[in-house]
Amino acid sequence: MARYLLRRFISMILAIWVVATLTFFIMKALPGGPFAREKALPPSILANIEERYHLNDPLLTQYADYMVRLVKWDLGPSFKQKGRDVNEIITDHFPVSAQLGLSAVFLSLLIGIPAGIISALRQNKWQDQLAMFLSVIGVSVPSFVMATLLMYVFALKLGWLPAAMWGELKHMVLPTISLAGFPMAFVARLTRSSMLEVLQQDYIRTAKSKGLSQRVIIYRHALKNSLIPVITYLGPLVAGILTGSFVVEKIFAIPGLGRYFVQSINNRDYTVIMGITFFDSLLLVGLNFLVDLAYTLVDPRIRLMDGRK
Amino acid sequence: METPVNVNQFRPVAKDIQMAQTIARPSTTYWQDARRRLKKNPLAMIGLFVIIIMVLGAIIGPFFCKYNYSDQDYDNRLASPSKEHWFGTDNLGRDLFVRVLYGARISLAIGFFASLINLTIGVLYGSISGYFGGRVDNVMMRIVDVIYTVPLTMVVILLMVLFQPGLKNILIALGLVYWIGMARIVRGQVLAIKEQEYVLAARMVGANKWRIMLKHLIPNSMGPIIVSATLNIPQAIFQEAFLSFIGLGVAAPMASWGVLADEGAQAIQSYPHLLFFPAAAICITMLAFNFLGDGLRDALDPRMRR
Amino acid sequence: MRRTTLVLVCLMVATALAASVFAAPAKDQTLTMNLGVAEPETLDPAKSTGVAESTILLNLHEGLTRLDKDGNPAPGIAEKWDISKDGKTYTFHLRNAKWNNGDPITAQDFEWSWKRALAPETMAEYAYQLWYIKGAQAYTEGTGKAADVAVKAINDRTLQVELNAPTGYWLSLCAFPTLLPVHPKTVEANPDKWFMSPKTYISAGPFKMTEWKHNSQLVLEKNPLYWDAKNVKLNKVVITLIDSQITELTMFETGELDYGDNPPPAEFPRLQKEKKLAISPYLGCYYYLLNVNVKPLSDVRVRHALSMAIDRTTITQITAGGQKPATAYVPFGIPDLKSGTDFRTAGGAYLKETAQVAEAKKLLADAGYADGKGFPTLSILYNTNEMHKTIAEAIQEMWKKNLGINVTLTNQEWGVYLESRNTGDYSVARAGWIGDYVDPMTFLDMWVTGGGNNDTNWGSPKYDELIKTVMNSGVQAERVKAMHAAEDILMKEMPIIPIYFYTRPYLMKPWVKDMIRLVTGHIDLKYSYIEAH
Repeated sequence: MARYLLRRFISMILAIWVVATLTFFIMKALPGGPFAREKALPPSILANIEERYHLNDPLLTQYADYMVRLVKWDLGPSFKQKGRDVNEIITDHFPVSAQLGLSAVFLSLLIGIPAGIISALRQNKWQDQLAMFLSVIGVSVPSFVMATLLMYVFALKLGWLPAAMWGELKHMVLPTISLAGFPMAFVARLTRSSMLEVLQQDYIRTAKSKGLSQRVIIYRHALKNSLIPVITYLGPLVAGILTGSFVVEKIFAIPGLGRYFVQSINNRDYTVIMGITFFDSLLLVGLNFLVDLAYTLVDPRIRLMDGRK
Repeated sequence: METPVNVNQFRPVAKDIQMAQTIARPSTTYWQDARRRLKKNPLAMIGLFVIIIMVLGAIIGPFFCKYNYSDQDYDNRLASPSKEHWFGTDNLGRDLFVRVLYGARISLAIGFFASLINLTIGVLYGSISGYFGGRVDNVMMRIVDVIYTVPLTMVVILLMVLFQPGLKNILIALGLVYWIGMARIVRGQVLAIKEQEYVLAARMVGANKWRIMLKHLIPNSMGPIIVSATLNIPQAIFQEAFLSFIGLGVAAPMASWGVLADEGAQAIQSYPHLLFFPAAAICITMLAFNFLGDGLRDALDPRMRR
Repeated sequence: MRRTTLVLVCLMVATALAASVFAAPAKDQTLTMNLGVAEPETLDPAKSTGVAESTILLNLHEGLTRLDKDGNPAPGIAEKWDISKDGKTYTFHLRNAKWNNGDPITAQDFEWSWKRALAPETMAEYAYQLWYIKGAQAYTEGTGKAADVAVKAINDRTLQVELNAPTGYWLSLCAFPTLLPVHPKTVEANPDKWFMSPKTYISAGPFKMTEWKHNSQLVLEKNPLYWDAKNVKLNKVVITLIDSQITELTMFETGELDYGDNPPPAEFPRLQKEKKLAISPYLGCYYYLLNVNVKPLSDVRVRHALSMAIDRTTITQITAGGQKPATAYVPFGIPDLKSGTDFRTAGGAYLKETAQVAEAKKLLADAGYADGKGFPTLSILYNTNEMHKTIAEAIQEMWKKNLGINVTLTNQEWGVYLESRNTGDYSVARAGWIGDYVDPMTFLDMWVTGGGNNDTNWGSPKYDELIKTVMNSGVQAERVKAMHAAEDILMKEMPIIPIYFYTRPYLMKPWVKDMIRLVTGHIDLKYSYIEAH
């Protein structure tokens, strides 16, 4: 196990390095720059600024600088948001995105898993069909439409909730629902399908023939094993949702990290692009590691090490 | 005192008794079986029917309309649905019905392509990674992590610089990234399934790796595979809208469902028909794909073979 | 007779009384407004470039001058000024004004602030707004010294500035954000971050900053130490940081916002119908760039044919924001020579508002493309934006229908689009220009041969000559004449096709009063108040 962990960690660090490197060179290959604008700056001013931000250094020198920065977790100043460092931007805005994202993940599991179980137990009955219909709507309506509709109905027409802004619990309701729609549907469908599969397995039949009650069968035996695809799906989902959704954050005026990421690409705000991508890759690689550990907890037969010794 | 074994008391088993172990049912292949079961599922057939209608509508529908997707009529801007314009008109007075029909061409193509990518690259990649495990798995999954985290928008902008805009670019972009979710899910399933007794048994009798993968691991992961393939279709349709939005897609005035819905959402309060029809088209297609997907799942489930 | 007069007078008094009762200011003088940005890029005057940032800065600060409701420079921190005979030297006499921390604001503060904005290490993108001052450009470019910049504090209350050339709009520029003074001690102590916190945000304008929650809101409160505080009526201005247009509209309709600067264009037709959309003029022109190096566009007849085939009235109906069809390049809103006249009105219309199909066809035929035969496929380049797309689609159809030529549309992401324009990798491209100051030069000087913003590859020595004349002349009559002549050449040669003049559509509750909206897009809240409602 120790050897596996060691190898795993090395590969994770390599993956993060590859992400940072690819991102750097793709970013530099894009046309435009942080100071390109429709009203072009006088060349002397532009040259002075680029000089001072070391944007005129040889590409490999810049690359080396970035790598050192990433390792030191000193992500540098933003070119666009003057006076703010990327570290600050992440510490200020990541908690907001994380709070919103986690509540959306929680909501989607809270509703998605039971909905999936019920559909599986009532396969092809009305409960199943209704859940399927709703989940199809859930995946087919993109979050910006969902967000706009929710705002229209609950803020404008009914006046029950504030349209936007951030700070109190009431501000979280609409964005959480808009964000949870898709994963909820996905989780419900995944749970249903793997539940159906597990229910036909021999050990469930054995349990049934032993006379165990259905509740025990489902919760003690079936559910655990049918969660594997859900757990798989959770890794990237949580990583993606934690770093924020541009659309939902924009519509509900939420001070999250997602909008910084998208805007930094539009603005070619190099330090922000690098910083957030790096942070994102740390999260994703870490979460996928946790997912793999979770597999072995859910199903002890699963081994991540080489199958044959 | 020991009892000597008299060899003569034993005789070889007759050939016909050996045959008693064979399966009497006429041998149908897995896929023949699946097709037969699919045909018996009414919902799945409805789904298939709707998809065929959609595809036909997209291909030949526009020839029967009196408008073109780019015909503008400034006196009839933002009209509500009527006899003249079934789905109403947009800000330039273009007939929305025809635009939705043309949009189907792009969006359905995207949907099929995304499923294809998922079901081929995604499934194979995931099952190889899961089955071989260990080092292979570690490397393959780290590659997936890398693809997942390198910002897609930047890759797309780069593609835009390198190639002329068009559907081809969208397909390249989707092909680059679209299979990774599936690969992860299949890999998770395979990790679990490969430890089960029947796989062990198959391995004991010396079945080769690919056979185990194709005959046991993939069919037994069919549930999650089909769920994520179908549920990812709208994601692909909206991804296309986003790619078109930043300039990678099909050039205006041609517009896909995703682009139409995007535009419609801007005027959601005043002119809801602009959002409703393209969104409804997406939902109906999705329902059809889901009915079909569920039917396929049941049909392809090896344990349902009776 | 006398009685009637008496009755009339009584009536008038009564009406006035009634009006004053109804028009009474509300108790709660709080204005909630949204400026359409998610976060100001900076609130350091020297480094700021955006329009929304400018609005915030102009309400926090006060320059030597402040623009009045007609856009004319009025005394600000400078009480009065003298201008030398050659129009190059300005002597400003400062009033006894204070920073919001109680320190007196001095001429040295101005000198320091301006030199800081110019200094290469400040990296101010808009430093060139100060390059009218003698020695300024050399300092920014590293070839001159700070001491040689001709701005000097004669004493605490007198500031002397020497310009390179007489500049008619210099006094207006003194109100421009880049030229606003900052508090030297605080800025020196914390040069990169002083403006991030209300504690260190020292300013001398009508309002002071009391809260800045990133991506959420910015709160300004009345500055009691402002020299003209008695005329400031608002106690508090809450600026929400919302960039989603639909959200802004929703919050305006739910009453959470009194003012919205960025309503969604897709909703304009309805908002117009419901009379909810207010519209004010904006000093800007939306036009198409023609790359005159590309084959058929090198022919001036083709360029005119393309322009004539556009129905500008229809385009403005589609954009639905009250935009005016552009019948020339320089927009309305800039005074001409005689007071009360407009540069645009005096210059007249060069182009028609509606399409001139027959003439356009004839010109195209003269150029050798009768009915569009043999005309290569043109591509219109635009950057990602719904409105640009809709306009391009409409013009594509007009050119197809009216001229019989084939047009494709190319949508590019912002950075890619800028690059395509700069490198001349396009044939027709959408563009727009918003004036920095109220003078035709802000529009005309960019078309000189090889100019940094002239992406058309077009150039004319005569045009360059005229622009040089305008730059160096202190005689307004000569300047205006030369500028009209320059626009003449531009419209005859037509390297650009003006389409419409911008407006600024906005949402405002009826009880918001006396908001000064300048044609440059800045909003001044100094005199605003909330009426009882």
